[in-house]
Amino acid sequence: MGLLARRNLFHDKVRFAVTLTGIVFALVLIIIQFGLFLGFTTTTSNNIDHSKADLWIVFHGVGYFDTGRTFSERKFYQVLATPGVAQAEKYMQAFARWKRPDGRVENIQIIGVRPGSELGQPWNVTSGSVAALKEEDAVLADELYKEKLGVQNIGDRVEIGGHRARVVGFTRGIRSFTTSPFVYASFKNSLDYTNPTSNETDVGYILVKAAPGISAETLKENLKKRLADVDIYTTPEFSQKTRFYWMFTTGAGLAVLTAALMGLIVGVAVVAQTIYAATMDHIREYGTLKAMGATNSYLYRVLIEQAVWSAVLGYAVAMIVAHFVVTASEKGGALILMPLEMKIGMLGLAILMCVTAALVSINKVTRIDPAMVFRG
Amino acid sequence: MSTKASNTVIRAAGLTKIYREGAADLRALSDVDLEIRSGELTLLMGPSGSGKTTLLSILGCILRASSGTLELLGEAVEKLPERELPRIRREAIGFVFQGFNLFPTLTTVENVALALDVRGMRRTEAEARAAELILEVGLAEKRKSYPADLSGGQKQRVAIARALAGDPPIVLADEPTAALDSTSGKNVIELLRRLAHEHGRAVVMVTHDPRVLSYGDRIIHLEDGRIVREETRQEEAVFAEAAVAS
Repeated sequence: MGLLARRNLFHDKVRFAVTLTGIVFALVLIIIQFGLFLGFTTTTSNNIDHSKADLWIVFHGVGYFDTGRTFSERKFYQVLATPGVAQAEKYMQAFARWKRPDGRVENIQIIGVRPGSELGQPWNVTSGSVAALKEEDAVLADELYKEKLGVQNIGDRVEIGGHRARVVGFTRGIRSFTTSPFVYASFKNSLDYTNPTSNETDVGYILVKAAPGISAETLKENLKKRLADVDIYTTPEFSQKTRFYWMFTTGAGLAVLTAALMGLIVGVAVVAQTIYAATMDHIREYGTLKAMGATNSYLYRVLIEQAVWSAVLGYAVAMIVAHFVVTASEKGGALILMPLEMKIGMLGLAILMCVTAALVSINKVTRIDPAMVFRG
Repeated sequence: MSTKASNTVIRAAGLTKIYREGAADLRALSDVDLEIRSGELTLLMGPSGSGKTTLLSILGCILRASSGTLELLGEAVEKLPERELPRIRREAIGFVFQGFNLFPTLTTVENVALALDVRGMRRTEAEARAAELILEVGLAEKRKSYPADLSGGQKQRVAIARALAGDPPIVLADEPTAALDSTSGKNVIELLRRLAHEHGRAVVMVTHDPRVLSYGDRIIHLEDGRIVREETRQEEAVFAEAAVAS
């Protein structure tokens, strides 16, 4: 059975190449779309996920990261005074205008942090240091956006919101979903860059670290009793809300998921067509097997084994292609992620896709009249 | 004549087959009574459309009769559910087809071993047994050849080896010499006769080929779905000689 399945599958090399191409095309399309989806979702919440905070306190009604609204600094001190709070930091996020050395203007997202704190810091710093943000006019940008921002080296000077700024370091791989690059500054500088007339006592977010032995949920409840006009989220909750907003409220995620679904449908259709054509080529052989006493389940196993072989080989080729695509994406603006779980899941999906595609052929084989072997 | 005692392995009574074609009914077999015995080569003869292949299909449990009874090795086939018929075919019947029906992607040994794989035998064991059968049909040197590399006669001998793989008591052959030259045809018919006479199998063969008449122990003539004459080997040989002479 296994031998027949493999020989019939590999015998017609052109047909097998077509089958494999269909599977690879479908799988790569699905991998890229799902990878983009994962990349997008990770990008939308990367500042939250890397914050090392247990809780995020935001102005009431702020549903996601990129729409921060300031509130009174008094709440920051209320938080610090709450039992169970080990550490709290003021944090700012706001859009600003970045004037490049050549005069061109780009939109950016300023992230204001307290340099040297454990919470809310930029990560993957490849040159310079976070500590340098304490210096006057200091900012950190990401290598990915050097060209967009018109800077290449530490020490390059620009203007942000009409204020002088100086690049003191670079991070690697901190992407922005909004296409406005993240630029890190000290909390104080971030206020200057975004709203020169602001009262310095305003804050955008408060990041909270719970004391050892206190759960984030417990601390969240304690803080809720003390603070009015704010929403308090655990870090995973705020991350999830931000991801959900960008992926589903805006439709961006639905678009890539729909494309992935289309890839799956196209894949099933292509593979079904080629497996069906191959089955029809061998239909007399299946009739002979039936006449010889083969049960329907025996014939199903032949077809399913062919489908599984097609899936496994198509998957192997697709993974090689996808590896190159994913590697290339690391240098681009759109991140494509392919975690281990996705790699394993894709193998399952490939097998499911091919076995589903084989169902059409299985249906055909089930209906074969073995008496056909006596005709002509 | 056969060297082993003859037993009735197939007993058919009143077999009728009606095909429905639109509003019309086509009666392919009418009230056929028949006994097939082990150790005999039985020829089914008749003009095209006389019902030979339909009868062979029913005897091989590939097709169901519209009415009548069919007893195969003592088992009443018409009472068995559809799902039991593949078991009967595996256990009791070997088929030889006019067009050989070999699997082009498998070697001769693998073609024969496939019939054992269908019966659930392990691959190594099946291939060893298949190699023995290939040797028996005189194709040892072709055991690793593919069907495309064989002559018609060689293909048919592989098909016969495959039919024998499950050691079935009954072999049903549909025009096995029709596509062969006279030498190959003679070799094949002699092989089938040996299966009947030396191995005690019941061999039933549908044929149009007058060259094989002298090999049959019994010749059953069908016309319009009915058995019109049944002759023993000696009677038919005389008939054949007369036919050739005329």
